[in-house]
Amino acid sequence: MFRSQQLALKYFAAAMTLFGIMVVAGLLASTYYIHDGFLLNTLDFSVAKMLHIDTMIIWLLMGFIGSVYWFLPIELERETEGIKLAEVLFWIFCAAVAVVAAVFILVQYGPATEMSLWFINQGRKYVEAPRWAAIGITLVVLVFVYNVVATAIKAKKITGIIGVLMVDLIPLFGLYLIAFPSITNLSEDQYWWWWLVHLWVEATWEILIGCIMALALMQLLGTARRIVETWLYIEVALVLGTGILGLGHHYFWIGTPDYWLSIGGFFSALEPLPLLGMVVHAVYDAGAHRMKTTNKPAFFWVMAEAFGNFIGGGVFGFMMTLPQINLFTHGTQWTVSHGHFAFWGAYGCGVIAVIYLALQKSRACEQLDGTVWKWSFALLNIGLVGMVGALLVAGIAQAFYERAMGGSTLQAFMQGQANVWFVQGMVMRVIFGVIFAVGYVALMYDLLTIGKRRVAVAGVKPRVARGPA
Amino acid sequence: MYAQDPAFWRAGAISSTLVMLIVLVFLTVDSLATIRAGGANVPSYTVINKEIRYEFDGSAHRYRPVIGADQQLFGRSYSAAEAENLMRLGKLVIQSRNCINCHTFFGNGAYYAPDLTKAWLDPAWQQMWMPMTQAATREEAIAAFLMNPEKYPTWSRQMPNLKLTRDEAVAVIAYLKWMSAVETNGFPIHFGHIQTN
Repeated sequence: MFRSQQLALKYFAAAMTLFGIMVVAGLLASTYYIHDGFLLNTLDFSVAKMLHIDTMIIWLLMGFIGSVYWFLPIELERETEGIKLAEVLFWIFCAAVAVVAAVFILVQYGPATEMSLWFINQGRKYVEAPRWAAIGITLVVLVFVYNVVATAIKAKKITGIIGVLMVDLIPLFGLYLIAFPSITNLSEDQYWWWWLVHLWVEATWEILIGCIMALALMQLLGTARRIVETWLYIEVALVLGTGILGLGHHYFWIGTPDYWLSIGGFFSALEPLPLLGMVVHAVYDAGAHRMKTTNKPAFFWVMAEAFGNFIGGGVFGFMMTLPQINLFTHGTQWTVSHGHFAFWGAYGCGVIAVIYLALQKSRACEQLDGTVWKWSFALLNIGLVGMVGALLVAGIAQAFYERAMGGSTLQAFMQGQANVWFVQGMVMRVIFGVIFAVGYVALMYDLLTIGKRRVAVAGVKPRVARGPA
Repeated sequence: MYAQDPAFWRAGAISSTLVMLIVLVFLTVDSLATIRAGGANVPSYTVINKEIRYEFDGSAHRYRPVIGADQQLFGRSYSAAEAENLMRLGKLVIQSRNCINCHTFFGNGAYYAPDLTKAWLDPAWQQMWMPMTQAATREEAIAAFLMNPEKYPTWSRQMPNLKLTRDEAVAVIAYLKWMSAVETNGFPIHFGHIQTN
């Protein structure tokens, strides 16, 4: 095994650990809604919520970085350039994440000075990490870009997938620089902030996971390179062709001109197209290979990714994206419902699929299957879809009672929160959250032991693990 | 056939991306001119010296902020430089206290606490907080609440005490007042125009 792939396994371990912290923080954050005064002035909602979202971003990012470190030497047939630097930065990355989390929990907030933004919390959604840590993340991404580009140059070989990946890494790095400034004018602040958030999540990350899924499909099903690359180009054309101006759906209500209502509405209505294409691609490939694979869990997680991305990102996004609807749904639990489904479907499932592929190789299993992964797959997806449904019910109640009927005032907000359907939705969300958490435990058990267990599953010949070489 | 050659699709990917990026650059130049403080949609910071209302505009088919006569804030008016300094401090309060991870601003943020886009105009300050705090003005009532939220509990959900100083409270209230005057294309709809009981 290449050193790059050993590093990938470390990134996967870190990612799955953070995934666990995300689940715990999520359960915590959901408790505030059903228990008034929970941990008030001790660990307020804002801290739990921030931990929940930031660990999600970091575990997915670590999953992507790990996936690229895993596939890069296979694709370019050589060790990753500058791997030593990448190994050092991995530990710095982990240490920085731990310090930031500790500061979030223990210090929480500071006075209204630039120093607070440098060392405690930047107070900007998704990019709360204090500036010193944001510099660290910039450094990690920079070295990651160097690794990919330098390896391609040394290999004197740029495949279509690596080409797309290399171009995609420019915005992945460049857009993150928006994490730093604190602009006084909130309209300008949010204008640029959405470049970071939207053009990362709905463009750059989509292309990145597209590249990763392309590499995974070739390994998983042996799909021909020509087909995979053609699909990747179509996907890039559609994702960026619709997603760049789809940015407009975030510019409806922040002070920006009203032409964004039409532009954002139109282009974001088209945003599900590439995701539908990915479903067609995945189903076609699976059918073409008669669903025969040596890695069942990876195969099912790839399928979950394709459908989850389309339904969670595409359909649930479309449902609330037109300005006439968004006027009522914007900033309600309806958004949360879409957010959970989309991040899980588009990215979470994809990272898990790649981890199963990597484990098959690192543990030298001809076949990867078993019972535990099926349980974790079912529990995680039922838990997730249950949470999404519960949040949607709560969100619809909120949109009607707080927004449409109440006019969004402080009192209307609280009345919406007390509405019986809203409350029931919040309780159901916690219940399905617990199911999701059980699924996470099963997933971790499976990831730690699959390919090492001597279980008698029909048609499976487990081999004794050699462990990571 | 062209379609069977990946290079054909690569050309499509590159051209569609470039076209969209160029359009985005043009729109960004125009949008930034509209949203600078003092631009068509975003008032200059001295708007905190004015009365602000939120009214339905029949010709535009939506609610819009209306800027009225002079109205002092905390018993005084602010020069352009003073107002800008106050806004800078207000924004730092919002970021350092992590407001956006409970509240939303322009609907963006977290959903545990009310949206603050038009919070300055909320009827509840006059109806509930002014009697509760014995304050003579809306801004003094908000300041009393923000500095000691536990003293003035309202509905079932409470705001934590974020140890705001008087200066910080004044700055963040000025910021909310300025924000309520931003033209937000009618969001939130009907704000303050529905009697809720």
